[in-house]
Amino acid sequence: MTQTQKKKSNDSSAKKHTKESASPKSPSNGDASQEAQSKGPAMFSASQKQASAPTDQRLVSGGRNENGRLGVHKTYKMWVGGKFIRSEQGRVLSLRNAEGDLVTHYVRASRKDLRDAVGAARSAQAGWSARSAFNRSQILFRAAEMIEARRETLIARLQEHARMTVEQAALEVDGAADRMFWYAGWTDKYVQVLSSVNPVATPFFNFTIPEPTGVVAIFAPENSPLLGLVSMIAPVILSGNTCVVVVENIAPTLAVELSEILATSDFPGGVVNLLTGLRDELQPHAVHHMDINAIASCGGNEAQRRSIQEAACESVKRVHFFEQPNSLEAWAAEDQQSLYWIVPFIEWKTAWHPIGV
Amino acid sequence: MTTKTQEEKASTRDMAGLLFGDLWDYAPAPESTEHVRYAQRYGHFINGQFVDGKDYFPTINPATEEVIAEFAAADEAEVDRAVQAARNAYDGVWSKMKPAERAKYIYRIGRLIQEKARELSILETMDGGKPIRESRDVDVPLVAAHFLYYAGWADKLQYAFPGARVSSLGVAGQVIPWNFPLLMAAWKVAPALAAGNTVVLKPAETTPLTAMKLAEICQEADLPPGVVNIVNGAGRTGAAIVNHPQIDKVAFTGSTDVGKIIQRAIAGTHKRLTLELGGKGANIIFEDAAIDQAVEGIIQGIFFNQGHVCCAGSRLLVQESVVDEVVQKLRIRMESLRVGDPLDKNTDIGAINSRAQLEKIHELVQSGVDEGAKLYQSSCSLPERGFFYRPSVFTEVAQSHRIAQEEIFGPVLSVLTFRTPEEAMKKANNTPYGLSAGIWSDKGSKLFSVAGAIRAGVVWGNTYNQFDPASPFGGYKESGFGREGGLHGLKPYLEVR
Repeated sequence: MTQTQKKKSNDSSAKKHTKESASPKSPSNGDASQEAQSKGPAMFSASQKQASAPTDQRLVSGGRNENGRLGVHKTYKMWVGGKFIRSEQGRVLSLRNAEGDLVTHYVRASRKDLRDAVGAARSAQAGWSARSAFNRSQILFRAAEMIEARRETLIARLQEHARMTVEQAALEVDGAADRMFWYAGWTDKYVQVLSSVNPVATPFFNFTIPEPTGVVAIFAPENSPLLGLVSMIAPVILSGNTCVVVVENIAPTLAVELSEILATSDFPGGVVNLLTGLRDELQPHAVHHMDINAIASCGGNEAQRRSIQEAACESVKRVHFFEQPNSLEAWAAEDQQSLYWIVPFIEWKTAWHPIGV
Repeated sequence: MTTKTQEEKASTRDMAGLLFGDLWDYAPAPESTEHVRYAQRYGHFINGQFVDGKDYFPTINPATEEVIAEFAAADEAEVDRAVQAARNAYDGVWSKMKPAERAKYIYRIGRLIQEKARELSILETMDGGKPIRESRDVDVPLVAAHFLYYAGWADKLQYAFPGARVSSLGVAGQVIPWNFPLLMAAWKVAPALAAGNTVVLKPAETTPLTAMKLAEICQEADLPPGVVNIVNGAGRTGAAIVNHPQIDKVAFTGSTDVGKIIQRAIAGTHKRLTLELGGKGANIIFEDAAIDQAVEGIIQGIFFNQGHVCCAGSRLLVQESVVDEVVQKLRIRMESLRVGDPLDKNTDIGAINSRAQLEKIHELVQSGVDEGAKLYQSSCSLPERGFFYRPSVFTEVAQSHRIAQEEIFGPVLSVLTFRTPEEAMKKANNTPYGLSAGIWSDKGSKLFSVAGAIRAGVVWGNTYNQFDPASPFGGYKESGFGREGGLHGLKPYLEVR
């Protein structure tokens, strides 16, 4: 299904990435990060701060806590097909703080990772949409519960990784939980609200119902690593779509945190697949992929939006651009959730049957 | 018409099955064309006026190959004039008009179409080749019904989308095909106007006649100038509409190839898009179906409008246990189809729309023969002039054959078989298209289950090719996106937030 994908991943796009080029250890990013990835513990030496045993616990996950205990390092992986994976290419990117110190690495997904994720999403789609709407709603509600349960952790992570104040972080996390809760409730209602029985002039029973479009590629917002992500994913999956999410934003690690939340909410593997990496590298492969039915994009530049639209025609993909709110408060506002955000990713099926004896 | 030898009649009756009364031939019963009026030459309809064009091309009657009239092909400048007229009408009049008054204008158009129904039917048949029985009983009544249906929506838009605010988009550029010329114009124009937009419409170059009659009706309805503009022409004209920077919304019905070009063309713009593209509809016959009714449904599914139907049931999937019976009854029924003068009230299958389309059908049928499928054609005789094609059915068709994958857009049916419902669903979905499907079974639970599994926008259970203005129509996958008809057909013409 993917013959028409473009040939090579574009490494030059990666070099433009500011986080990567800021890395002192990455003259040619691919090799350096491969090394960091393949020699597990050597990863610590990638941070020059590591040697001087940081007292600030926000540096390098697994730093010392207030009791002086050295924490356990966490590797931020991607979530594909229900499994937490590293990239098949073994490349990572670095998340740095304002001073340029390494905070953590995260995975730089490859073209192959993207294709694997599309495969996982396709495999999961029929089963997910075949579940009862009630069951899907229970799973989304459960995800809201899990966000709530991890509230403190997420707030801490947003402070560390997204450089938010504690107030901003709380707004982001609470907004994410509330948004997931709001959409969860739509799961077993949107069909009722959007369906119709059509009064045709002939003796037929005629009705129209919404059905999921299929596999949706999501390009995540740049400025809201948790709330923005939930705002994009929830309306797509609640109807029975599965998705592949490409995350390049101020703190892609929050997408990994979200995947750990979703993984403990009874989502079947493959319903949500989260890839961290570079949008410019992954987008061409996603938009030319013949087994993706629709694209949801938030943010991005003019050229990225245009290339999505141009490539979408190859398999008549549905394309929907979400305008990116420019503040956390705007993301959290009620006008950022809508029944009509479900609609771009559903199809209408109209059925006819004769009436007679 | 079809004159059969005694021998042929006897052999037909020897075949066990249905007898449709082939003992007598029908006397010719052509519809009179005396009272229809049309000009010998048409330019465009811009800002409420018929205006002259520059380059003219003829439109012919495909049943006689005689020229009916000449039509101008609009260039970029003429399209620009039409778009400006639509823009001015939108800004100055239509978007400011009380919705209840918009409703009354649209209603007038519907009523005027009803009043002129006979003339429109005859012109539609002359220009496009479809049987008068269909243009009179299907196309034109649906055209009127479509305007009347959407007239009522114009002042009730706030009820269509709960919890949302709706607003019109601006100028809609609409490009329509030749298979249902006036009906497609209605599907495009009526919801666009009801939602408060103005339009620039381009009819197909082989069937522009009735669109000019629609323009006349807009004049007679005293529709404010510029609300509906109609430009004639072919691909270049269509491209000029799609690419015009002041178009806010593009609606296209036609081939998937052209739809893809349009989707690419609007990249980087703010234009909204709906596409209603090709199809390769599966018509699935289960062994527990009422076979005689199913055979009628198969005929309706593939031979309606000479098979020039995007949602035609062109892939027949028959359960193996009944395939012999179904195919035999189908052949007998096909023998009774009357092919000929489209204006004759007894004609079932009229003329193929154009020479180019006829050649395409010949080419695809030849590919079916070359690839090893078995061809059966009706023994009917064809008129000496005009573009006609025999009702045809291929058996022993494989999924990989071109005739099972590509849209033929003619009276040619491909028969495939299946053993289990699962296999039927799989085969039905084994296509990039997803416009329509038919399911024939007497078991309700089976109907619901298969209807749910098929990825298609319209599913007919124990019927086929039914249409209604209240019923949304449109495709999944590469058959396009957006819906036309019903409440759902309003949305593509509105900003909903």
